[in-house]
Amino acid sequence: MRVIVNGEEREIAEGLTLSRLLEELELAPERIAVELNRKVIRRADWPQTVLREGDRIEIVHFVGGGFGGKLSAHRLFDLDRSS
Amino acid sequence: MIATRSAIFDEALEIAGRRFKSRLIVGTGKYRSYEEMKAAHAASGAEIVTVAVRRVPLDRRVESFLDHLDPKLMILPNTAGCYTVEEAVRTARLAREALGTNWIKLEVIGDQTTLFPDNEQTIEAARILVKEDFVVLPYVTDDLIVAKKLLDVGCAAVMPLAAPIGSGLGVQNPTNLRILREQLPDAILIVDAGVGTASDAAIAMELGADAVLMNTAIAEAQHPEQMARAMRLAVEAGRLAYLAGRMPKRLYASASSPLAGVIR
Repeated sequence: MRVIVNGEEREIAEGLTLSRLLEELELAPERIAVELNRKVIRRADWPQTVLREGDRIEIVHFVGGGFGGKLSAHRLFDLDRSS
Repeated sequence: MIATRSAIFDEALEIAGRRFKSRLIVGTGKYRSYEEMKAAHAASGAEIVTVAVRRVPLDRRVESFLDHLDPKLMILPNTAGCYTVEEAVRTARLAREALGTNWIKLEVIGDQTTLFPDNEQTIEAARILVKEDFVVLPYVTDDLIVAKKLLDVGCAAVMPLAAPIGSGLGVQNPTNLRILREQLPDAILIVDAGVGTASDAAIAMELGADAVLMNTAIAEAQHPEQMARAMRLAVEAGRLAYLAGRMPKRLYASASSPLAGVIR
């Protein structure tokens, strides 16, 4: 089935949990945060969160910055209203 | 009269119940290396540093940026790069989840050329975030009415710009900063953006700012560590000058030596 992770379409196995997806992406769980369909999913809930076809997942971390940022280069989310 | 100890040594800066000795807040962007950033942070004496929230790249392994920060520093996540209420609110929520802090430097940018804040959307985002128990520190134009509205919705401070972000132009409208200080005597005012060199920071503090936030002025200096120390001293000097109360400006000379006893 297909999900969208950080704006990119990805093929994942049926019934995959959020924790397993993060493992597959080789992301260390410390100091990242995850949004599923625009709702933050708390770390404690990652193992029980089963992904569904068409889910939109945002995974963020922290980078150096003070302020500002150009629209095109740094856009955080795809504000696509269709989902 | 003998000056009291508190007048000479200043009080701590208190924001939302937390006390800070330093009145300088620094960014973490644009440094040429992590080593240079760390040295600058140490030299600045800052206790708070701001970081941005971005998508994790999925095509390569990345190390955690936060590992390069001194663990003693308080990390203040920002919503830099957000152009709408929705983006800013979502970013703040993600930052809180990842860092376990409810503090957020709120930025909702209105225009790419100036990076001026969209005040209307900033107020709306602040309203939502305050209701969700965030400590909101909003970047805003140097506008008294907007600042009042932000304080009314419950922001812990307001952060008026001195000049456009990254411009290094220094305080362009000292009158507005003075008006903000005089009309909002109890508010925490943090001058955010536009400082270029030490005198700019000193001027902001002399005008009564409670703190100054900067990034580019230090990171893009030829020698960031040296500039960081200069900024630390400038912020302290400006603060003390503000507390001391400067002499009035006069158009004509006023002798500082007694006139009596001059040899003729």
